[in-house]
Amino acid sequence: MRVIVDRLAKTYRDRRGHAVSALDDVTFTAAPEEFLAILGPSGCGKSTLLGAIAGLLPASSGGIFFEGARRPGQPLTATVFQEFALFPWRTARANVELGLEELGLPVAERRARARRYIDQMGLGGFEDRYPHQLSGGMRQRVGIARALAVDPAVLLMDEPFSALDAQTRTLMMEELLTIWERARTTIVYVTHNIQEAVFMADRILVLSRRPGRVLASVPVVLPRPRTDTMLGDPAFVATADRIWTLIRSQAEAALVEGKA
Amino acid sequence: MRVSRAALARVPVEDRTRFLVRRNHRMLRVAALVGAVVLWELLCRAGWVPALFLPSPLGVLREGRDMLASGELLVHLAASLKRLVLGFVIGGVAGIAVGIVVGVFSVAEAVGTPLIAATFPIPKIALLPLLILWLGIGESSKVAVIALGVFFPLALNTYAGARQVDPVLVRAAVAFGAGRWSVIRKVIVPSTLPMVFAGLKLGAGTALLLLVAAEMIAVESGIGFLVLNAANLMATTKLMVGIVLLSALGVLSHWGLVALERLVLPWREG
Repeated sequence: MRVIVDRLAKTYRDRRGHAVSALDDVTFTAAPEEFLAILGPSGCGKSTLLGAIAGLLPASSGGIFFEGARRPGQPLTATVFQEFALFPWRTARANVELGLEELGLPVAERRARARRYIDQMGLGGFEDRYPHQLSGGMRQRVGIARALAVDPAVLLMDEPFSALDAQTRTLMMEELLTIWERARTTIVYVTHNIQEAVFMADRILVLSRRPGRVLASVPVVLPRPRTDTMLGDPAFVATADRIWTLIRSQAEAALVEGKA
Repeated sequence: MRVSRAALARVPVEDRTRFLVRRNHRMLRVAALVGAVVLWELLCRAGWVPALFLPSPLGVLREGRDMLASGELLVHLAASLKRLVLGFVIGGVAGIAVGIVVGVFSVAEAVGTPLIAATFPIPKIALLPLLILWLGIGESSKVAVIALGVFFPLALNTYAGARQVDPVLVRAAVAFGAGRWSVIRKVIVPSTLPMVFAGLKLGAGTALLLLVAAEMIAVESGIGFLVLNAANLMATTKLMVGIVLLSALGVLSHWGLVALERLVLPWREG
């Protein structure tokens, strides 16, 4: 599935009623089976962009289109949220089944599919736990299983690992890559972490600070499967440096702006 | 530079938070209750207070046993429980339903909140004469005043709960295909439940208060009648049986609701 974002702009009103431009004239395409990372300094509207693609935030102008074949009953998108967004009153299994319920699947198929993704995410034995009984890493595993279970044409991920500690994050990144390299759905992955973006993505879209505009589209020329030994690879370092150069002045400006 | 002996002394680290620790004092809790009753009994035995003003705990217990044996106690208890349960269920269901609807639909909120704000401060006992006028002197006016008393805490709490739903969860549900009805059923209703239970506990207290008030007007049975009637006959021991019964009803209904909450909301932290 191809995602086409065409001259997207998003303006909203802040508490005082002033118009704030979050995104301005954003245009890009995510190719079928592409792992596209969207990277930008904090407050650059990258989560707004993802929300717009998911149909959770209306755009002010411009359009978002999906192009390509879909299996019957296959939803366009599923989202993995930064704050996990698990339902505290549902067990891990019931959280995974949420999207399947909304697809109208019969109970037996719901159970079977949930089982498959619970096992794939290494949640076996934890399926009857409530979210507050799980660690952060396990909670996001539930969040990922919930999104994968509906078999979306495009997987949207909004800083999925930024609430996790560094070690857990590295392990989860590797797990996600392993799964994706087998399934190959289009992924749009929002992050503010350069290493994370370079390690995982085929291509990185660098956004400017607010209002978010596309500064550059940086391809990552590292072979797959990616392994942690590549973190020292000259191509890895060069790509990361190039993005840091692009983003540094933006981040500095955002830092000062945040203090004001 | 010279170093003095004192500067070289080794100082152990002490736990400086000791005075902040709050202990449970389990035994003291039981002892306080038992002690109060024993003191009361001793006071009566010493003859310092006439039994007409303050009957002894053992006397109250004996009277209660006799009333239980004669069936008198059960008649009053059954009559009161029936009014209490009916009023609580009717008021509770209506309050939760109104709270959800007002919390979810903006039109209902615009219509409902000013009406609730205007009627909520009225002491419900003041409505009892009006309810008797409308519904007659029988059971329905008594059930109605209890239902009204339970309705408001539940409507307000449920409404507040529905408004405090985590928007991230609503977005997540929509992201996975939920429509309006699914969002209400799978996000809003479950997340109001903790507030609903807080409302039920408040409502249980109000219900007991209004029960006694309602049973002091034109009834032949019920704990409120028992208390008023005993007072008119100067049967203080009987009166105390009624009061102890009311205390027990209050404590038991609270415990019951706490147990029910644990059962219905196993997902709550802590």
